[in-house]
Amino acid sequence: MPAESHDTLNIRSSADVVSVRQAARALAERVGFSLVDQTKLVTAASELARNTIDYGGGGSVRLELVENGVRRGVRLTFEDQGPGIPDLALALKDGYTSGNGLGLGLGGARRLVNDFTIESSPGAGTRIMIARWK
Amino acid sequence: MERIPILKMGNFLLVTIQVDMHDRLALALQEDLTARISTTSARGVLIDISSLEVVDSFIGRMFANIAAMARVLDAATVVVGMQPAVAITLVELGLSLPGVRTALNVERGMALLRTSLNVPEEGDASGVP
Amino acid sequence: MSSDNGSKVPALLKEHEEELLREWVRDQTQALATQQGRVTETELREQSREFLGLLRRAAQDGDLTDIRGSAWQEVLQSLASLSKARARQGFTPKQTAGFVFSLKRPLFSILRREYQGDPAALGEETWTITALLDELGLHTTDAFIQSREEIISRQQEEMLELSTPVVKLWEGVLALPMIGTLDSARTQIVMESLLRRIVETGAEVAIIDITGVPTVDTLVAQHLIKTVTAARLMGADCIISGIRPQIAQTIVHLGVDLGDVVTKASLADAFAVALQRRGLTLTALRPRA
Repeated sequence: MPAESHDTLNIRSSADVVSVRQAARALAERVGFSLVDQTKLVTAASELARNTIDYGGGGSVRLELVENGVRRGVRLTFEDQGPGIPDLALALKDGYTSGNGLGLGLGGARRLVNDFTIESSPGAGTRIMIARWK
Repeated sequence: MERIPILKMGNFLLVTIQVDMHDRLALALQEDLTARISTTSARGVLIDISSLEVVDSFIGRMFANIAAMARVLDAATVVVGMQPAVAITLVELGLSLPGVRTALNVERGMALLRTSLNVPEEGDASGVP
Repeated sequence: MSSDNGSKVPALLKEHEEELLREWVRDQTQALATQQGRVTETELREQSREFLGLLRRAAQDGDLTDIRGSAWQEVLQSLASLSKARARQGFTPKQTAGFVFSLKRPLFSILRREYQGDPAALGEETWTITALLDELGLHTTDAFIQSREEIISRQQEEMLELSTPVVKLWEGVLALPMIGTLDSARTQIVMESLLRRIVETGAEVAIIDITGVPTVDTLVAQHLIKTVTAARLMGADCIISGIRPQIAQTIVHLGVDLGDVVTKASLADAFAVALQRRGLTLTALRPRA
């Protein structure tokens, strides 16, 4: 899947979360997503960016414009070198929380996008890829 | 760090969120509002989010927290002007806003606050403070 | 960065460009004899010349066996625009893919001349070119279909706007009469439009009437519920009316939980509830003496 353009952002502070939102919005607009689809992608990006800080100790995100045949889309890959998620199946269940508050939000974020893959294990950090297609 | 301004309108406090808030700004707003409700004895808080294009779980929690803290201080909270795209996304996220009343715009929001608190408009001579 | 697959094709494309172009355009013109007027021979020649140029560059720089590489981007983009243009102009998919497939005959003639006496090599090259042109031809088909889908989807939206108007029943009360079968895509579009109208008109009550809907499946029921929930989050209330007995049965059968969504059998009942919510009531006029 060749990527037409890409950008990598660091996620260390809460201001970075805003940058990630804006970068995701810009890409989504470029692909021509409807307002609702843009909002879904940007919101998912916001959730995952925040998780990267809260649970991953900071990390980065790679934003890409992608093509699959004649379909166009936006793909975001979040990475951190944090402690990892011990029980993925549990974390993806709705309502799961490991800290205070509403939890990792992974299940919710997954519903907002078309593609969602996650690799994580204790000691190996976490990598989450989400994509939305037009 | 800039802070979001809070206006006083009679018995109510009005907040208009127009920027893409970062988390620290949101937390500051929570603190500022709680303090202001306390010092002004406001009976209601109206938060206008008609310019807000993204509400994620953190911001959602902020609204719920504000409503909870306001309630402890005997004030009601109404969030107004939520954009359709935001509402649809919140539903998909599975986020409800517990304890938060909503209205379509500032005008309706004010009416809602007044009726829910039985607080008359300014200038009413019924003697209720 | 030239590929090292030992194929002579890139060189042949350059050496025999004029002959290829001539033969190819002639074959195309014959095939498109019934399309006179849609594309002139000059245009055809230009399109073909441009394609040959791009093809030669890509064959030189890239891998002949993998068109997903970056060297093939320009070729793919150029083919995609050509296909979409042809789709709009009324060509059939076969005539559009034919642009690429008709290149085989003249190219194979050249290969046969070049590899006379070496059937094994001829076989190899022929296979490589066949596979390549097949992929490129199919790519035009994908683009063609996508173009048609975009046109259809735009037409559907327009029809949707016309067939599902959001009407104002009273100050602050909107109604959305839905007619016909609901599919997931249609329901989503209509629902988004309803939410937008709620914001635009500041209506606090919206009645979604499904009297004219014969069946409802789980997905559609879920969309309806999501819409009601979203409207509530925004500060408006929805009432679903016109639920026929069959649909009521289906909903129960499917195990769909309507939660606290208010439902009414008829639009009239829903309207009465809406008025009540607005704090209004209807009174009879005093009869004339």
